[in-house]
Amino acid sequence: MSETGYAYRVVRGFAFSALFWLVIGLVVGLWIAFEMFNPALNLTPWLSFGRLRVVHTNGLGLGFGLAGIFATSYYILQRLTRTPLAFPKLALVHLYLFNAAIALAALSLFMGMSTTREYAELEWPLDVGVVILWVMYAVNVFGTLLKRQEKQMYISLWYIIAMTVTIAVLYIVNNLAVPVTLFKSYSIYAGANDANVEWWYGHNIVGFIFTVPVLAMFYYFLPKATGLPIYSHRLSIISFWALIFAYLWTGAHHLMLTPLPEWIQTVAIAFSIFLIAPSWGSVVNGYYTLQGNWEQMRSNYLVKFFILGITFYGLQTIQGPTQGLRTLNAFFHYTDWVVGHVHMGTMGWVAMIISASFYYMIPRITGNELHSIKLANTHFWLILAGQLIWTITMWIGGIQQGAMWKATNPDGSLMYNFLDSVTSLYPYYRLRFAAGIVYFIGILIFVYNLVMTVRKRPVEA
Amino acid sequence: MGIYSKPVVFAVLSAVVILIGTIVTVFVPLFMPSTQPVSPLIKPYTAIELEGRDIYIREGCHNCHTQTVRPLRTEVLRYGEYSKPEEFAYDRPFLWGSRRTGPDLNRIGGKYPDSWHYRHMQSPQGMFEKSNMPPYGWLAANRLDTGNSLKKITILGYGYSEGEVSQQISDYKAKVTAPDYDSRETRDQVTPEALRNELTEMDAIIAYLQKLGRDVKNLEAAQ
Repeated sequence: MSETGYAYRVVRGFAFSALFWLVIGLVVGLWIAFEMFNPALNLTPWLSFGRLRVVHTNGLGLGFGLAGIFATSYYILQRLTRTPLAFPKLALVHLYLFNAAIALAALSLFMGMSTTREYAELEWPLDVGVVILWVMYAVNVFGTLLKRQEKQMYISLWYIIAMTVTIAVLYIVNNLAVPVTLFKSYSIYAGANDANVEWWYGHNIVGFIFTVPVLAMFYYFLPKATGLPIYSHRLSIISFWALIFAYLWTGAHHLMLTPLPEWIQTVAIAFSIFLIAPSWGSVVNGYYTLQGNWEQMRSNYLVKFFILGITFYGLQTIQGPTQGLRTLNAFFHYTDWVVGHVHMGTMGWVAMIISASFYYMIPRITGNELHSIKLANTHFWLILAGQLIWTITMWIGGIQQGAMWKATNPDGSLMYNFLDSVTSLYPYYRLRFAAGIVYFIGILIFVYNLVMTVRKRPVEA
Repeated sequence: MGIYSKPVVFAVLSAVVILIGTIVTVFVPLFMPSTQPVSPLIKPYTAIELEGRDIYIREGCHNCHTQTVRPLRTEVLRYGEYSKPEEFAYDRPFLWGSRRTGPDLNRIGGKYPDSWHYRHMQSPQGMFEKSNMPPYGWLAANRLDTGNSLKKITILGYGYSEGEVSQQISDYKAKVTAPDYDSRETRDQVTPEALRNELTEMDAIIAYLQKLGRDVKNLEAAQ
């Protein structure tokens, strides 16, 4: 506890948990990126691509992403309510159990215990654990909100409330299953219905982990870091309600041209296009916040992260609905284009905003100055370059593979067999791996910088 | 602007807002039989095929292989007839996948003999030098565990009796260990000597792959 009584130990604990799982998740990511052009790396069953890919996605989505959200939201919650956490001890239990759960999750996925549902691969006992952890978190969120000293709830708190409610609904509905043993269960839904439920979840879990709480960080830390108020409160209200309303209709754009009824697909396309509006509401609000103060892009190292981050969010939210259109989807779906799309969001938007939020927050909760702004700048340029090379490489590779699948000879027969379309991607996979290394070095600098920051002795006030 | 100072009201309102799209596009379709039609021409998996499917799930094959052929000209040319909703009535979970690092498998059943699969699973690179598929020869060194097969079939409601389940298991074992099994030689090459007269995980996953897309032919014949 600091002198103001705020519970900062848990914030710090979650922040460093996030960094730990970030490094682990990226190491696994590099390993599977290498396997894509060198299958000899599939050394043992538990190192084979099929098992390792889910360790990568869960390690980063649940480990890094959620820990980053818990760290920043516990901080934001206390600052915006001017109230210490309602149950600081419960928050610490949440921290320890969270890390135990992520470790067990990784272990179980290595062992092949998977339900196959994307971003919900954990088997049922761990699902129960996740729900308990979420309840612990929600108790603190609402407990603190009810005790708050500040009457009005600022924008970031809306996003935190919406996430808390929605993740609970998504996670429980999607993971309903009948257990066979402790390590195996079957979904209660079948076939097309199962697919529809899973992609309603899959799309929205990305929305409510990688968008909604990251917007909460953006709306809080951008004004804090710049000293500038958010441009339009009204725009943020419209963006918020339109975003959380429209998001839930769009899952089926992941199931274009499958046996799912066509009307569900078409409704999803329509709402995906609509989603551009509230997404860009936040982008515009961010840009206009800086109006007249763009020199901060040079003078304030944090602003680069926020502005590039929201720019990638803006690009992401145009690319997503576009590739959801039926004709374009027929070309891009199942290729590496989509892999590039996801990684612009995660490596660009999410990682940029969490980086800047941590840089702002860690010095304030420890009372230490940031170890090195120069290193923070190096970190910025490395993850920017790494991410751009990574995603652009995958887009080009995806276009090539999509074109090869569709290419026909004058007599109407297929021009390429499937293997041709795989082997032609190997140069891209090598470049992607190299870009991943650049990105990883940037992240190591980030971690080093924050570790050195907390190891300093507090500055005498 | 009262709701912005009432957290509980705000949470309830958020829940209502997110549930509208959820109810229309997810909950209502669950109760429409047209979303997941059932056809008597599509048969549930046998015990062995189901065990094979669970190995496919355990190894995360769906991370690289899809199981839906889209109604596109080049796709039908490459894989065969496009996927029909009836085919997936017994799929819990569905395994449509989201990325084709390898080819779609929804029409793989019957495309190649078992021996092709034994050889390919043992060493994809031995068959296609530049393939990036991981080798799965070690599946042949694992005895197939059928201890939960009946329980699984019961939970999934496939309608086989206890006798039918054990019959399916012994029939398949008799098939792959018979001297006149057409893929006998390749199976013996990839299977350790001690397991040649037993069912292995390799046998089961191949049985599953050979089932994929088989019944759709009955469906087409009927239409």
